[in-house]
Amino acid sequence: MIFAHHLPNRREALLGAGALFAWSQMPRLARAEGRDPRLLVIVLRGALDGLGAVAPVGDPDWVALRGDRALILDGKTPALPLDGFFALNPAMPNLHRLYKAQQATIVHATATPYRERSHFDGQDVLESGIGRPGASATGWLNRALLEMASDGRVSLRDSRVLGVGSVTPLVVRGRAPVMSWVPQKLLPASEDTQARLLDLYQHTDPKLAVALEARIRLAAIARGAGMVTEPDEATPAAGIAGVRAYFAEAAGTAARYLARVDGPRVGAMGFVGWDTHINEGAASGQLANLLGALDGALAAIETNMGDAWRETAVAVITEFGRTAKINGTDGTDHGTGTVAFLAGGALRGGRVVADWPGLKLAQLYESRDLAPTTDLRAVLKGLLRDHLRVDERVLASNVFPDSAGVAPTSGLVG
Amino acid sequence: MRNSAKAEAVLALHRFGTGPRPGSVTAIESDPRGALIAELDRPSAAVAASMLPSSAKAFRTVADANARRQAKAIVATKQEAAKRQQMADASVMTEGTTPGMSASAEKMAAEAVPDPGRPIYLQEAKVRTDAALSAEIGFAERLVWFWSNHFCISANKIQSMSGAYEREAIRPHVLGKFVDMLLAVEGHPAMLFYLDQAASMGANSISGINRARGLNENLAREILELHTLGVRSGYTQDDVIAFANVLTGWTFVPPGDNPEHGGEFIFNPRLHEPGPQKVVGKTYEDEGAEQGRAVLRDLAAQPATATHIASKLARYFIADVPPAPLVERMAKAFLDTGGDLKEVARAMISSPESWDLPATKLKRPNEWVVGMVRSTGIVQVDAGRFTGGQALLGEPLWRPSSPKGFPDDEASWIDGMGRRLDVANNFAERVATTADPQDIIETVFASTVSDEVKMAVGRAESRQQALALLFMSAEFQRR
Repeated sequence: MIFAHHLPNRREALLGAGALFAWSQMPRLARAEGRDPRLLVIVLRGALDGLGAVAPVGDPDWVALRGDRALILDGKTPALPLDGFFALNPAMPNLHRLYKAQQATIVHATATPYRERSHFDGQDVLESGIGRPGASATGWLNRALLEMASDGRVSLRDSRVLGVGSVTPLVVRGRAPVMSWVPQKLLPASEDTQARLLDLYQHTDPKLAVALEARIRLAAIARGAGMVTEPDEATPAAGIAGVRAYFAEAAGTAARYLARVDGPRVGAMGFVGWDTHINEGAASGQLANLLGALDGALAAIETNMGDAWRETAVAVITEFGRTAKINGTDGTDHGTGTVAFLAGGALRGGRVVADWPGLKLAQLYESRDLAPTTDLRAVLKGLLRDHLRVDERVLASNVFPDSAGVAPTSGLVG
Repeated sequence: MRNSAKAEAVLALHRFGTGPRPGSVTAIESDPRGALIAELDRPSAAVAASMLPSSAKAFRTVADANARRQAKAIVATKQEAAKRQQMADASVMTEGTTPGMSASAEKMAAEAVPDPGRPIYLQEAKVRTDAALSAEIGFAERLVWFWSNHFCISANKIQSMSGAYEREAIRPHVLGKFVDMLLAVEGHPAMLFYLDQAASMGANSISGINRARGLNENLAREILELHTLGVRSGYTQDDVIAFANVLTGWTFVPPGDNPEHGGEFIFNPRLHEPGPQKVVGKTYEDEGAEQGRAVLRDLAAQPATATHIASKLARYFIADVPPAPLVERMAKAFLDTGGDLKEVARAMISSPESWDLPATKLKRPNEWVVGMVRSTGIVQVDAGRFTGGQALLGEPLWRPSSPKGFPDDEASWIDGMGRRLDVANNFAERVATTADPQDIIETVFASTVSDEVKMAVGRAESRQQALALLFMSAEFQRR
């Protein structure tokens, strides 16, 4: 159970994951309607800067807030216009295309009920669906599946939730059996991890710092020269090329499974690296690279879903947002409100769902973060209710306990 | 100035063992030096009890599969040729039949008879790695690693025997006499095959007279240069040739019709160069295989050998440039005890230099990766993945690129930090649900890591990142 290198090939992975039979019975209501819905949840670990991903270019305080780090429509790398008020990071042309085709929705100024700024706890709340951290060993997606099993709409014996990655994401952990798939690529450490390690070495071991710097520089050269190659198992591509390949492979493979007639219908995976404290690079650096990789992952899902894309919803969520202002190291620190991306042929997309709080100092949460005005649970409950047909009362009691006061967002799909 | 007991225990585990694991600091902190010596008196029995096939058996298994595969390929090639002939008869002949085997026939045969060498290699790798993960300290395992690399062979050349060679020729002797290990190694079929000795024959031997083939100096040279005296220690090219003549006839039983034999050492007098030979100043009468053994016994007792071995051991355990007094003390122990390797290890442990130097030695990839896994309490690996990781890090198990073995200095390995980071990152992802970075710092490492590391771990964005940073810290990389 050690390395990802010489990872099981596809056949071995399938054998190791057990049988691939999943949801041979569809949710009854969906089946009665002749539908076969798929839901894939992608968790961005490390806290995505929502303002760096989807910029409020129509907000009069936007440019003053971020200065020359603000994404704008007529910038050097122009942001992609969405609805006149918001614009998408230029690294995400695929998502932009889907948005234009009414197959993507962006939720802004959203957050879970968690209001502290610990990654571990924030991810725990995000994935468990419980209001406080450390309260549950199961995830909301798994419990949703269980609820459907309990009223006979899904046979648990044949059901599987797909977890991607060698560690099953909490969101799909629980009593409903999880089928996990480990991507074959060796995920290169994120730019953020490299930067942190470099900082540690600079303080503790200059020789190791020099060695690591060399690797980082080499990766930058490879990037600049366009030496982007598909990584093989023996030599993972350095830097962002490797991240791109990993995202695309992991997401694309999940889509292949979800698309199968006998495949799972619900899956989840996590992507790391979003903790952009230093040199965030929303327009052309670290964050742009990561968003580009995410955009590629969405494209891989669309392609590999084939006809099933029509019945697919992908939810991209993160534990919290980042500070509204740029910090002292050209990055952003842990914040609160952020964005969520919804994509898929099942969506009634082409819009930004946001109750915009504004960016003036007094409008920021604790005078520093984008204020959360949309409870992320409302969006997820809306998806589960209208896409998978999970009962609304069950959603409020078992899937997202204590969320009776948070009404599911209507009209996201269909 | 004396280190604190805990710090000395951690140092002992890194420097002489395979790294701290849960409980190990507590187990040895009252007397780290005594614990190291005690481990030498009760080495692990797990590997000996592993029931793995002997080198000869493994060799025959692979040879047998090769023979069956070849037979299948020949039959398939003939069938293809017959088919082509039929078609050609019915139409116009366009090309003649090609001799040898067709690619498709070989492919078919390869699928029909898979190579059993790799599964054997992986079983061996697993037993070896699990032993290092399970050891309390791992001092004896580290000695096995050292000697296995000192007397290396390559699985690229002889995969079937690569693990068995270590179990048969190295492991039984790491706490015994150097001369016994030397005799076991140089007479082992894996070494005779690896360094091309098996087919070497004297010009005046029976076979040499009848055939246009002859001497191969490879093994003789490497014994002098790498295994015993050391390079530039005074031997000449004439010594190499004479020694090569001495060694003619050292070969192994070819696999054949007898399923119970093949792959064992044999002295074949028909290959042996007759007559006395003068090697490094001494003349050895021709006593068949005994002539070679006599040379090896003398080489093992040479002061140059003692210094060569002492320097290499000290470099491996202590520092790239080990303190001269330490090397001298170890060399003296070697000579005084007739090459008793346990006494040499004792001399190292009881030398102050072995404890006074700060942890500056960069761990080799395998030391680092085993230490990383140990820190999490894992004691079993998937051999395919683990050896894959070793290959990725540049130290593929039993596959050094030359008879010199893997290098043992910082300059050779430090550029591999990027790869280590990828591996650490990946391993961290795998263990993030079960391994707690704070727990590793506080209990496994007894809080001996720097404040900077504690801070970096505490500020990490995820447990995976915290673990990756910890695994990559100087505390994990250096010993």
